[in-house]
Amino acid sequence: MKANTHFAFFDEGSKKEIRRATLKAVAIPGYQVPFASREMPIARGWGTGGLQLTLSLIGQTDVLKVIDQGSDESVNAVSIKKLVQDTTGVQLTECTEEADIIQSRHRIPECSLTKEQILVLQVPIPEPLRAIEEREYMTKRMHAEDDYSGAWLMLFEQIMKFGKTATTADHPVSVHDRYVMAPSPIPRFDNPKMDHSEALILLGAGREKKIYAVPPYTSVKSLAFEDYPFTVESFEGAHCHLCGAVDVFLDELIDHEKGATIYQCNDSAYCIEQLNKQEKVEVESTYA
Amino acid sequence: MGYVPVKGGTQAIDASIKRVKFERLKGQAILEIETILSTMRALVDQVMSESSLYSPQLAALAIKQAEGSMEEAVFLMRAHRSTLPRLYYSESVETDAMFVERRISASFKDIPGGQLLGATYDYTHRLLDFNLINEKKADNTQWLQSYAEELQEVKVEETVERYPKVVEYLRKEGLFEQYEMDNTEPEDITKQNLEFPASRSARLQVLTRGQTGALTSLAYASLRGYGEVHPTVGEVRVGSLPIYVKHPNEEDGSEDEEFYIGDIQVTEVESFVPVHVKNENNEEELEFEIGYGICYGQNETKTIAMSILDQCLEHLNDEFPTHDEEFVLLHIDSVESSGFISHLKLPHYVTFQSKLDSIRQVKKGVQVNES
Repeated sequence: MKANTHFAFFDEGSKKEIRRATLKAVAIPGYQVPFASREMPIARGWGTGGLQLTLSLIGQTDVLKVIDQGSDESVNAVSIKKLVQDTTGVQLTECTEEADIIQSRHRIPECSLTKEQILVLQVPIPEPLRAIEEREYMTKRMHAEDDYSGAWLMLFEQIMKFGKTATTADHPVSVHDRYVMAPSPIPRFDNPKMDHSEALILLGAGREKKIYAVPPYTSVKSLAFEDYPFTVESFEGAHCHLCGAVDVFLDELIDHEKGATIYQCNDSAYCIEQLNKQEKVEVESTYA
Repeated sequence: MGYVPVKGGTQAIDASIKRVKFERLKGQAILEIETILSTMRALVDQVMSESSLYSPQLAALAIKQAEGSMEEAVFLMRAHRSTLPRLYYSESVETDAMFVERRISASFKDIPGGQLLGATYDYTHRLLDFNLINEKKADNTQWLQSYAEELQEVKVEETVERYPKVVEYLRKEGLFEQYEMDNTEPEDITKQNLEFPASRSARLQVLTRGQTGALTSLAYASLRGYGEVHPTVGEVRVGSLPIYVKHPNEEDGSEDEEFYIGDIQVTEVESFVPVHVKNENNEEELEFEIGYGICYGQNETKTIAMSILDQCLEHLNDEFPTHDEEFVLLHIDSVESSGFISHLKLPHYVTFQSKLDSIRQVKKGVQVNES
């Protein structure tokens, strides 16, 4: 018995419910909208929130790109892509510009997105205040009362301890000057890309059953103090050993032969695109 | 320079999927669904209960496909569940209409209707039976025949009688409070996100689909002192319940219009828990409350554990994690907990790079301060 699933896996009722939550999320930027998250054929914690958003949004003519940690061919990106294609038959792409929907885990692509595109981010822990208060009942109230003293105190304590803020990925942001939001574990490097993004950004947390959004052209500010400004990861002096790019998020690799540290673009599609451009220029100049 | 892959993940994944198929097939033996259904009752019951989908056939298929892994089988069932629209809600079920196969009380030596032991491992010695290595079909057939003959000598009652609930007996004595029937429509946790404080209907739904081991551990912790509930099992009953649905369009509400759609086997537990209450004169008095547990199939440990946790959550108490509803209800789901634990196997190099950067920056700062 091999059951044929409905277009995009879900029954239409489920898709409608997810879309309704998504619309509410767009209407209240940064607010976590609870939804009845479905169990998916991929594991909870492996991107089921993003997957549910993608499946509820996707139409037959859409082109989909899925990345995980910047890579189109990372294990989970491959698995998610395969599931969406098996149940919808949509066209897949690795090229960021070609995609209508980009589902991503832990990265925002290097090239800026357009108003024709939707970025779907997978979220493990949607609650930016969870480290401060473990109870959902309390954090919901704190959001309602605009009480973000805990988040500020966390940064302040880091300054007292380390002389600077020591957040890693998932540095909290303030959306539309109202809700403090977890941008998902993107590196701090990607936080500024959310600010006034032309593309709609949807964030889905499957296990925690929350959907939230940054609508296009919305202000997104990383929490920081005036005298301790927000900083991104530093790759000073480093460049991609393949395409030579600077000003991108780099992976740190060990050259097995020399034992030296080398760097490579984390966004593999961006890197390949740069390489292709360079090759094209080379070829043209040779035959000119 | 060493080879650093930019592409190539897809092929590696295909190879891994092939490999796991090979592991299931390499022994060249085929496990029939029928075999699982007729010999692995406990496993089938547990999978149905944790996946909250009552279908022995599908559970057996999931077990076969998952090579017997509980978490995988439950996962498969839950994912399948997501593809099914919810068409009906059944009418509420009265458990005193249960066709009882087993029913015991630990609270009384004798109970109205009597103790009915039924099928259980409780009274067996857990010694490996090496005879099962060479079990013969002919021997089993013979055993079944003689068992059938034995049963024929048992006198059959003329009428089927309902077993009264043990608690009714105590209620008559005034030891349990009489509550008004609460016919509020239950919430459906598969349709709405759980909100806190959770309603009892939502709480019971989360508990009954919880992972057996997780419920057992938390209830055990409560018994040992990380909680305040130490109950007496008033009644454990295992048996089948008829399920009815209403006609979707005709709403005259008469019971004749309801359709019988089948039976489900469940385990039900009512635990008696003594609690301190204040009477009219503000004096402390002891009274009994009920912790309630119900699960698909025969899952007695899980159901008793559920009844303990139900009672724990009736009396929220910050001192004990077992009395904290977010602690209990958000961490016992098999698909959620196993999913999030296993996601740690996914690559995390971007987030780790971010951590490295943060630590390096902080260390730089420390050196500056010292000089």
